[in-house]
Amino acid sequence: MSDARAQILDRIRGGLGRKAGDPTNPAIDRIQTHGKNLIPDRGKLPQDQQVALFIREAERVAATTAKIPHFDNVPTAVGDYLRRHNLPAEVKIAPTERLTALAWQAITVAGGRGEASDGVSVSLAFGGVAETGTLVMASSPESPNTLNFLPMDHIVVISAADIVGDYETVWDRFRERARRAGTEVMPRTVNLITGPSRTADIEQTLQLGAHGPQRLHIVIVDEPPA
Amino acid sequence: MNDPTQPNVGLFATCLVDLMRPQVGFAAVKLLEAAGCRVSVPEAQTCCGQPAYNSGDEPDSIAIAKQVIETFSEFDYIVVPSGSCGGMIKRHYPEMFEHDSGWLAKATALAAKTHELLSFLTDVRNYSPTGVSYAGRATYHDSCSSLREMQVKAQPRKLLGAVAGLTIAEGNEAETCCGFGGLFCVKYPDISESMVDAKIDDIVKTGADTLLAGDMGCLMNISGRLQRRGIAVRARHAAEVLAGMGDLPAIGEPAKGRD
Amino acid sequence: MQPTSPNFKANAKAALADRPLQAALGKLAQGFPMRRAEAAARLPEFERLRDQARDIKDHVLENLDRYLELYEAKVVEQGGQVHWCETAADARAAILRICRKAGAISVTKSKSMIGEEIAINDFLEQNGIEPVETDLGEYIIQLRREPPSHIIAPAIHLSLDQVADTFLEKHTDLDPNRAIREPRALLEEARTRLRGKFLGADVGLTGANMLIAETGSNVLVTNEGNADLTYGLPKVHIVIASLEKIVPTLEDATTILRVLARSATGQDMSVYTTFCTGPKRPQDLDGPEEYHVVLLDNGRTKMIGSEFHEMLRCIRCGACLNHCPIYKSVGGHAYGWVYSGPMGAVLIPNLIGMETAGHLPNASTLCGKCESVCPMRIPLPRMLRRWRQRQFAAGRGGFVAKTALGLWAGLVTRPKLYRFLMGLGVAALGQLGSKGKFKWLPLAGGWTQVRDLAAPAGDTFVAQYHKGPRGDQSGDLIRKGWRP
Repeated sequence: MSDARAQILDRIRGGLGRKAGDPTNPAIDRIQTHGKNLIPDRGKLPQDQQVALFIREAERVAATTAKIPHFDNVPTAVGDYLRRHNLPAEVKIAPTERLTALAWQAITVAGGRGEASDGVSVSLAFGGVAETGTLVMASSPESPNTLNFLPMDHIVVISAADIVGDYETVWDRFRERARRAGTEVMPRTVNLITGPSRTADIEQTLQLGAHGPQRLHIVIVDEPPA
Repeated sequence: MNDPTQPNVGLFATCLVDLMRPQVGFAAVKLLEAAGCRVSVPEAQTCCGQPAYNSGDEPDSIAIAKQVIETFSEFDYIVVPSGSCGGMIKRHYPEMFEHDSGWLAKATALAAKTHELLSFLTDVRNYSPTGVSYAGRATYHDSCSSLREMQVKAQPRKLLGAVAGLTIAEGNEAETCCGFGGLFCVKYPDISESMVDAKIDDIVKTGADTLLAGDMGCLMNISGRLQRRGIAVRARHAAEVLAGMGDLPAIGEPAKGRD
Repeated sequence: MQPTSPNFKANAKAALADRPLQAALGKLAQGFPMRRAEAAARLPEFERLRDQARDIKDHVLENLDRYLELYEAKVVEQGGQVHWCETAADARAAILRICRKAGAISVTKSKSMIGEEIAINDFLEQNGIEPVETDLGEYIIQLRREPPSHIIAPAIHLSLDQVADTFLEKHTDLDPNRAIREPRALLEEARTRLRGKFLGADVGLTGANMLIAETGSNVLVTNEGNADLTYGLPKVHIVIASLEKIVPTLEDATTILRVLARSATGQDMSVYTTFCTGPKRPQDLDGPEEYHVVLLDNGRTKMIGSEFHEMLRCIRCGACLNHCPIYKSVGGHAYGWVYSGPMGAVLIPNLIGMETAGHLPNASTLCGKCESVCPMRIPLPRMLRRWRQRQFAAGRGGFVAKTALGLWAGLVTRPKLYRFLMGLGVAALGQLGSKGKFKWLPLAGGWTQVRDLAAPAGDTFVAQYHKGPRGDQSGDLIRKGWRP
C-alpha cells in the first residue's frame, strides 16, 4: 500500500516507543473477546418491563406507538394511522414476504426501495432497545434502508420479542445470525433510530422532520416469542 | 501551650490577603484558634507561585514551590483562606514534580495536609461558629478552584448557616467563573469584563446586599466591578463574617475614620 | 481556511459587541448545560460510563497502529478502500481522485469537522465540482461562506432573521416576497431544496463519529437524517475521518455512544446512529457501489506520546464549548479557525502551530468547567497550561510579562526582601488609595480599565501579625478580643 501508511504507522509506534512487529497484540484479543462494558441498570429490566420502557422512551422522543395482538393486524394498524393523519391510502412497503403476503385490503401497497415520491413507508425492525426507545434497522435486499429516510411518515413494525434491554444484546444477535449464516456480522447499514428526524439549527428552536421523516410510528406486535 | 490534641496549623495567608486584605488573615487565625488549633504564621511565606505557574513559567514556579514546601512541611496542617492557592499546593505542586521523585514525595506529603480554610473548619475540625451575627442577605460565589479543585461547596454554606441574621440567596450562576483568572483579567480585559458583568447580573438577581466568597482574587474582581458600576453590594471574605468581623469596611470601602 | 487566530483579541472585541451573537450565545449557555445535566441525572451510571469511555480511548491510543491495521483489513475484506493521508492536501487529492473517477459533478456532504479542517468545499469548487452541505446549520453557513462557530451547532451564531435574509439573497429562483420569517418556513425551504441535491448527487461525503476495528464500520450520528441521505443515495460513499476515531468493538462504540449525545445535546441518543459497513451487497436495492475511507493524520501522530496525547480522546461532542464562559462570551468564530472553545484552544495550536494560535491557550481563566463535563475526562486546563509552558520556554510570553514574572519570582523566593519591599509598597498604596479604592493605577491598566482596585489596608498581614499594633503578637491579642 502507500508510503503514507508506513509513515503514519511508524510515527505512531515511535510516539508510543514501540517497534514494528511486536508479536503481542492486545487489539486482536479485545476484538475477539468483544467484552461488554458497563450496561446501565435500565437496560437490564425483565422482558415484560422492557416493552413498557421501550414505549415510554420512544414516546419521550416524539415517536408514536400502537400495540397489536397479531402480525395479521398490521394492515389495520397502518390503516388507522393513515386515517388519523388524513393521509392517502397508499404506502411503500419493505419487499419482504412477511409484509407483501399480508391482506392490505383498501390500502395500495408497493414493495421496493424508498423513492422521493413515497409519502409513507412501512418496514420491519431487526430489534428494539428499551434503554432509549431505539429501533434497530438492518439493511438487506428485503429491507432497503432508503425506506427509513425518504418518506415523511415512517411506520416500523416490530415484534415484542425483538425488543431487548440494551444495544449489547442486539450486537450479540447480529453475531449469532452471522455465525449461523456464515456471513459478516454487520449488515451493510444498521440504522439505530430514536424518534423522528429533527433539528434545532435555527435559533435553537426544535423542529421535527428536518431531512428524514417528520413522524415515526412504531407498531408493536405482541405475539409470544415463537 | 503544648496541648497534644491541638494540631499545629501553619496559616498560609496568600499574597492577596497579606497585601490587600489583612483582616482575612486575622479572621482565619481567630477561626482556627476557636476551632482548637495552634496557629503559626511563618514569616518566610510569600506567594504560592500560581501567577508564574499559570503563565507557563515552570522554572520560577518550581523555585517558589520548593520554598513553600520547606516553609510549611513542619506543620500538621497547612490551611489557606483561598481555594485557588490551596489548589495550587494540593493539586499542582505534585504535578510540577512529576519527574523529580525526591521533591515529588515532599510535594505530595504537603499536598495531603493542605486544606482550604472553610472546608478545614467543617470537615477536619467539625467547627461551627457560635454567637456570631450579620444582618443581611448574602449570595455566595463558588470560586472555580474551591469548587473544582478543593471540592468546597456545602462547607461555607453550612458555616454561614450558623450566623444569626444572615440569609443566603443562591445565584443561578454561583458556580460560573467570575472572569478573574489571574493575569487573564489584565491580558483579556474585554472578555473578563463580559464575564464579571454576567456574574454581577446574577448577583443582583438574588437581591443580595452582600457578596461572600472564599477567594480574594474573585472578591477583588467582582467588588471592583460592582463599585465601578455603582452597585451597592458589599463584598467580604466569608471568614470575616464567620469571625464576627462583618462590621469592618467591606472590600474597597474606606476605612472608618479615614475618608 | 486562513486562520484569523492571531487576531483573537480583535475578534473577541467584535464578538462582544455583536448583539445577535450575544443573544444566541446567551441562549446556548442556558439550554445545552441544563439539558446535559438532566440527561446525566437520568442515568445513574453516567460518571462510571465516562470513566470507561476514557479507558477505551486510552487503550486504543496505546495500540493505535494495531487497531488501524485491523480496521483497514476489515474494510478491504468487505469491498471498501482505505486511503491513508498524511496531510490535508493529501486528503483533498484523494477525494478529488475518487470524484473524478466517478465522473462527479455534484457532491453532497454531511457535517464533518475533518471536512472543515481540510477545507474540502473550496477545493472541490475550484475543481469544478459542486459541494453541497446538507446539515441545515452547515447549509446556512455554506450559503454565507462562513466557517462553523460550534462543532455540533455550526450556525448557532445566527438569528432567524439573518437566516431568512440569507435564503432571500441566495435562493433567487423563488418569490422574493415569500413569507419565510419563521423557523418552519425556513426548514421547509431548505428541506425541499436539499432533497433535490440529495437525489442528484454523484458522491456522498460524510465524516465519522467512530471507526470500528472489529467490523470495519463507520459510525455516523445525526439528528436530521442528512448523513443517511448523503451516503445512501449516490453511487459513491466517501468517509473522511481522522485516524484517532478508531474504537475496538461494537460494545466499545456503544459505551461511547452512551456518553456522546448526553454530553452534546442532552439527548439520551441522537435520532440517527448509523453503522455503514462497506458498499452495496449483492441483491441490495439501494446503497453506494463504492465505499472509500479517507484516513487523515494531519498532525495527530505527532501528538501520540506527547503531552497532548490525551487530547486524542476527544469525541467532538461540544460539551466543553457549551460550558465554557470564554466561548459563551465570544462565540466560535473569535478562535479564528475550524475548532473553538477549550478543545479548540488545545487542538488548534497542535494542528496549525503555536505561532498562529498562541492566544488561544492564554484566553482562559483555567476555571476547570470544561474538564468537569468532558465525557472523555480530558484534562483540558492542564493542557492549556502546557501550551503556556511551551510558549514561555520559547520566549513567547512577551518580554514585559516575562520580566515582570521573573522579578516577582526573584522577590517571592527571598522572603526577607519581599517583606521589606511589600511593607513599603503596601504602605505607599494605602496612602494613595482614596476612599478605599483606585480608579486608575499605573501598570494596572488592564485591571482598572474595567474595575476599581481595592486599596491595601496599611501594612501586610504577616507584618501586622508579628508586630501587632503595639509590637505584641497579634495572635495573643486576637485571643483577648483584639480586632484590626
